[in-house]
Amino acid sequence: MSSLIVRAATRLMVALLLMFSIYMLLRGHNEPGGGFIGGLIGASGFVLYAMAHGSAEARTALRIDPLDIAMSGLGIALFAGVASLFDGDAFFTGQWMFLGATETEKGLPLSTVLIFDVGVYLVVLGSILAMVLALEEEV
Amino acid sequence: MSWYLATPIILPFATAVLAFLFRNTPEGRYISVAGSIGTLIAAVILMGQVLDQGVVAAQMGGWPAPFGITLVADYLSAVMVVITAITGLAVAVYSIGDITERMDQLGFHALFQVLIAGVTGAFLTGDLFNLYVWFEVMLISSFGLLVLGGSKQQLDAGIKYVTLNLISTILFLSGIGLLYGMTGTLNMADLAGSVDRIQDQGTLTVIATMFLIGFGVKAAVFPLFFWLPASYHTPSFAVSAVFAGLLTKVGVYALIRMFTLVFDTDVAFTHTLLLWIAGFTMVTGVLGAAAQTDFRKILSFHIVSQIGYMVLGLALFTPLALVGAVFYLVHHIIVKANLFLIAGVAQRISGSTELGAIGGLYKGAPFLALLFLIPAFSLAGFPPLSGFWAKYVLVKAALEVEGWIIAGVALAVGLLTIYSMTKIWGQAFWKPHPEGYVPTLATLPAGQKLALMTPITALAIMTVLIGVFPQPFVSFAETSAAQLLDPTLYIETVLRLNAPLDAITAPATALPEVTQ
Repeated sequence: MSSLIVRAATRLMVALLLMFSIYMLLRGHNEPGGGFIGGLIGASGFVLYAMAHGSAEARTALRIDPLDIAMSGLGIALFAGVASLFDGDAFFTGQWMFLGATETEKGLPLSTVLIFDVGVYLVVLGSILAMVLALEEEV
Repeated sequence: MSWYLATPIILPFATAVLAFLFRNTPEGRYISVAGSIGTLIAAVILMGQVLDQGVVAAQMGGWPAPFGITLVADYLSAVMVVITAITGLAVAVYSIGDITERMDQLGFHALFQVLIAGVTGAFLTGDLFNLYVWFEVMLISSFGLLVLGGSKQQLDAGIKYVTLNLISTILFLSGIGLLYGMTGTLNMADLAGSVDRIQDQGTLTVIATMFLIGFGVKAAVFPLFFWLPASYHTPSFAVSAVFAGLLTKVGVYALIRMFTLVFDTDVAFTHTLLLWIAGFTMVTGVLGAAAQTDFRKILSFHIVSQIGYMVLGLALFTPLALVGAVFYLVHHIIVKANLFLIAGVAQRISGSTELGAIGGLYKGAPFLALLFLIPAFSLAGFPPLSGFWAKYVLVKAALEVEGWIIAGVALAVGLLTIYSMTKIWGQAFWKPHPEGYVPTLATLPAGQKLALMTPITALAIMTVLIGVFPQPFVSFAETSAAQLLDPTLYIETVLRLNAPLDAITAPATALPEVTQ
């Protein structure tokens, strides 16, 4: 499927899809979205790239082995769960930090929930890509 | 408090991540062993807590029961977690000698550790949906382990394994859905009280049967066992040992947990059904084994027949029978995992697992022969090994309720087990090798020999120890059975019934620290 149209469109689409996937990941806590859907969208960006330029190119663009990405994501998600240990809370209790919060302003809420979602994002991105690229390369 | 319960699950996951990132270097396998040691320590600490307090429970993320996910350990859960960690460590060490570099690179250790995490999670969870999730974790990782290497035979076994397990999972999930629709809760401790209040007890029995089938496939009981002998002889020996030791036992554990805690409303029906299942499982398993001529296939069929004994303990539903079931579970995991590990060494030095094609192991490797005799005799129920006490308690329990037939079946199956074990003994160990050479352990490189033989020896010593000093284990099983038959402490600990009522319904932040 390496037509000129696909390759030209891919250049634009991949960047858009990756941006959108990060956007979905970050809005996920209060609105529809999150790590899972974000990871799927991000993976579809790389899948599109693999369709246009071949899976070897896609692996180069990805730089890291997709399975390593997935397992690192699992590690990050696990860390998000364990982080509550430092505050003496139960496993997987969300820990919150309000960056720049004042008496009246809520500030920027950051939490281990977000870290967990980043982990999920990487697990989904990595495992989907591992599967798709493996199928693509199967003779 | 929650960390005592969470650590035995967290550590295997963390080990999986590290072992995977180091999969291309030899460090990966040592990370796996180190992680397994850590898990064992965590499991023993949890066991200490349970011995101290009876039942330990905690809420993940601080969400109160019955809404959040409960992790709970009573005597049965705690001993299963410890025995899982022991098996995990034994197999992790064994896999240094057994697993090829190629399989290391494909991520064997990561899948293995995730499997251990899944099994531990299933033993510790107090929430039905969470149990389903752990079953999925186990299914995914065990499927990966089963097909790792990708030979045609393995893929064939893998398809059968996954298809049948998916059917079981669907039934289990449908049962969960129906149960939730009827009671509005999935917390096991909460369910224990809720099911009594259901108007339509007939539907509840139907749901109970769905769970029975769902868990029955996992536990490989008659007539749902056929995926097991079709798949267990195909993967590497380390993999089949951990499967044989742990996977079916999770099904048995789930049966015991649900049919003592929740589905004890229609004992006359469900437990009679279980009794029939137990009898047929014992007989078909042992007859299947008698027809086989492959080391691992014989052992696989014996798993099925042994599962029958455990289900028998549950089906009789008396204190003594449950003591037998718990004792049997613990003894069986050690013995069965060990037999598969021994089969691996036998195959490595004599070239095959097909009994007709090997022999001479007694002459060439008498130490291995001795190590085989211990778990094999224990499986068959020879005194004074651990299997004798397990069978003795179960048969005694059957006689106490005047179940003459089932007691006779249990004894006859024990006799047939000896027949199969004698067959392996005669063919693999006694008769000379058909190709004329004498297989010895000396053909293995020293490091590999150490990695393979250490876990086998350790597990055999444990079998002997349980057999010679059964008293602490029996009294442990007695407490465990008492907890199963009267789950008041379990329910109170999970739901914190002694806490003020408003604390239970208040948001998580207002809850007092868990003090159990």
